[in-house]
Amino acid sequence: MHKIFIVTATIAAISSINPVWAESDIEALKKQVEALKKDYEQRINALENRLKQSEEKAQLAQQKVVQVADNVEKAKATSRSGQRNFNPAISLTLDGRYADFDNDPNAYELPGFSLGNEAGLGEEGFSIGHTELAISANVDDKFYGKATLAIHDHEGETETDLEEAYIQTLGLGNGLTIKTGRFYSAIGYLNEQHEHLWDFADAPLIYRGLFGDQLRDDGIQMTYVAPTDTFLQIGTELFRGDRFPGGGDHEGVGAWTAFANIGGDIGIEHSWQLGLNHWRENNVDGRTSSGHSHGGVATETPSFSGDSKISSLDLVYKWAPNGNPTSRNFKLQFEYFDRREDGSITMLNSGPPEEISTYDGQQDGWYTQAIYQFKPHWRTGIRYDRLSSNNKGSDENILAEAGLNDEGHTPERYSAMVEWLPSEYSRIRLQYNRDDSYEDSDNQIFLQYTLSLGSHGAHQF
Amino acid sequence: MYDQIKKRLLLMLILSLWATNSFSAINVFACEPEWASLVKVLGGDKVNVFSATTSLQDPHHIQARPSLIARARRADLLVCTGAELEAGWLPLLLRKSGNGKILTGQPGYFMSADHVTLLEKPKLLDRSEGDVHADGNPHIHLDPHRMMLIAEALTHTLSRVDPDNQTEYQNNWTNFKDAWSRAITKWEQQSQSLQGKKIVVNHNSWVYLEDWLKLERVATLEPKPGIAPSSGHLTQVLSELKQNQANMILYATYQNDKAVRWLAQKTDIRVVALPFSVSADETLFQWYERLLSQLMDIKQ
Repeated sequence: MHKIFIVTATIAAISSINPVWAESDIEALKKQVEALKKDYEQRINALENRLKQSEEKAQLAQQKVVQVADNVEKAKATSRSGQRNFNPAISLTLDGRYADFDNDPNAYELPGFSLGNEAGLGEEGFSIGHTELAISANVDDKFYGKATLAIHDHEGETETDLEEAYIQTLGLGNGLTIKTGRFYSAIGYLNEQHEHLWDFADAPLIYRGLFGDQLRDDGIQMTYVAPTDTFLQIGTELFRGDRFPGGGDHEGVGAWTAFANIGGDIGIEHSWQLGLNHWRENNVDGRTSSGHSHGGVATETPSFSGDSKISSLDLVYKWAPNGNPTSRNFKLQFEYFDRREDGSITMLNSGPPEEISTYDGQQDGWYTQAIYQFKPHWRTGIRYDRLSSNNKGSDENILAEAGLNDEGHTPERYSAMVEWLPSEYSRIRLQYNRDDSYEDSDNQIFLQYTLSLGSHGAHQF
Repeated sequence: MYDQIKKRLLLMLILSLWATNSFSAINVFACEPEWASLVKVLGGDKVNVFSATTSLQDPHHIQARPSLIARARRADLLVCTGAELEAGWLPLLLRKSGNGKILTGQPGYFMSADHVTLLEKPKLLDRSEGDVHADGNPHIHLDPHRMMLIAEALTHTLSRVDPDNQTEYQNNWTNFKDAWSRAITKWEQQSQSLQGKKIVVNHNSWVYLEDWLKLERVATLEPKPGIAPSSGHLTQVLSELKQNQANMILYATYQNDKAVRWLAQKTDIRVVALPFSVSADETLFQWYERLLSQLMDIKQ
């Protein structure tokens, strides 16, 4: 439009200043201008039409959006985000196995370690493991609660055990979380995980030797996550301290722990976590365990009283191509534990006079395992365990009877397994152990199933 | 003299603190890259966005890694898909982070699926049906109309979480709305020839794309969602495809392509490996363009 105006104006100006121009020239110019005007008008019309068309289309798109929005409003009345469908989240874990051992599982021992709690090989042949019923939910906007009931057979009797029952704060802020009730201690990497999440059918030897598979207690836990890009978590737990490997009847805080975890990613494919842990109970009072039975039934029960402390280090490394573990992934895991004890060992039901010895215990051990998922639904893994001990006391015979003499043997074990996981909720595992826990080597084979029904499990690191 | 220097230093310190405070961006934790990208468009330089996953990761199967806990710890806003897509790891992450701002029910908890209708809501909630999502199919980011609704809701959320910058968010939203509507119109025009094309998919991740572009899904390689294709099922699919020829086989680049390749070899149907989400170096617009151009290329 502007151009036409300018052209016309210029021409008008020129024509008025130069009246000497011939009439015909002006006529020609006028015609040219007229043609130019027409041409522009046509173009503008075309443009206007196109604009109108696209405006209509945009309106159509807008209408569609409105339509979808309407549908949403309708749908919102009927459905809302996931949680409610499974509130509370209930899951049941079914676990069972067929086991074959060369040696008599009742003759099992771990020289240098006095076994307690649930330590042992379990039954030969068909048996069911821990059937776990877990119920959890966000209680309200401040608390989360969870309880796990474990039903299992113990010496021919079916027992129900309240494995975990705790509440935990939600969003306390500043990276703080408090958990209280009965729960698995956060020390070590494997300890906090339920056994059906483990990569092998049995606990590492050091867990078996120190904790009787796992450490849990009644108490309170406080953790703090630092506001850093690298994961840094520190925490402490105060426990009653009556449960193995503690002991006695404590009125206040019997045992405590302190732990620190640091971790992160290296690029997109690698992630890692390193943990340092300490557990201490300064007044263990009469922790009983099974002694060295000589293949028969031990009538005398060793009982430890004194101070006990455990220090440990754990390291986990994971890899997945492109950070996507669905098809293939790899995990390397290492844990080391060291326990120092100072006190006395009494053989209950002995004597008179009752057999008693001073005790200066030094036990340590480690395991390392590598797990590889080589294709979807299939995993394989190997593990190596090794323990050692150097326990001293005023009466070596009593220590030997209590199973605290290493008998010149270094317990070790090689394991290999292959798993088939038809879905996220089911797993069939075949495992072989070459077990040198004590002087008679044992070949152990497990065929195990672990199925979880109900709510979706958590993908822990 | 010293006093004056001290005073000046103190003043500078206060000023710098104030400055960092008022210009500090809010931290946003996005579960998937498409939401990270959307937040960047709507938030501009007022937001610091972290994406928990890349387009090459399957968002179903992520672990609550230490690095993710550390990021969730500092987030002011959480933007995820919802509809149980992150059910395996997000609840754990939230519990471990000890961060009250991004818990369910808080302004900083944004689930995209809460703001749109979902397709394929299962009639039967039974695990024998595979990996079913009770609320419906969660892969909503493949429908630009739904993206628009989510963007609008997200703008409100951003304004609530960070009221100081709400005009900025409103402006960004207006601009986005304009550009996105125009883009939708363009894409719908471009892709008209795709209407009615028959496709075979690996996992039912493309429902919303099918709905939008009016593609017809004739077969799914997974017998049930999340269950890897068995040879029996594949043979069945193959015989079905002989009756009802398909135009292309779609799968996401993060998915295993074994079954897809096998089928392609047996049938001569062209395979399209589509990026399931935005890459680190592109925008939402560019990603949609890329998706469409890949589909158009095959069609010819």
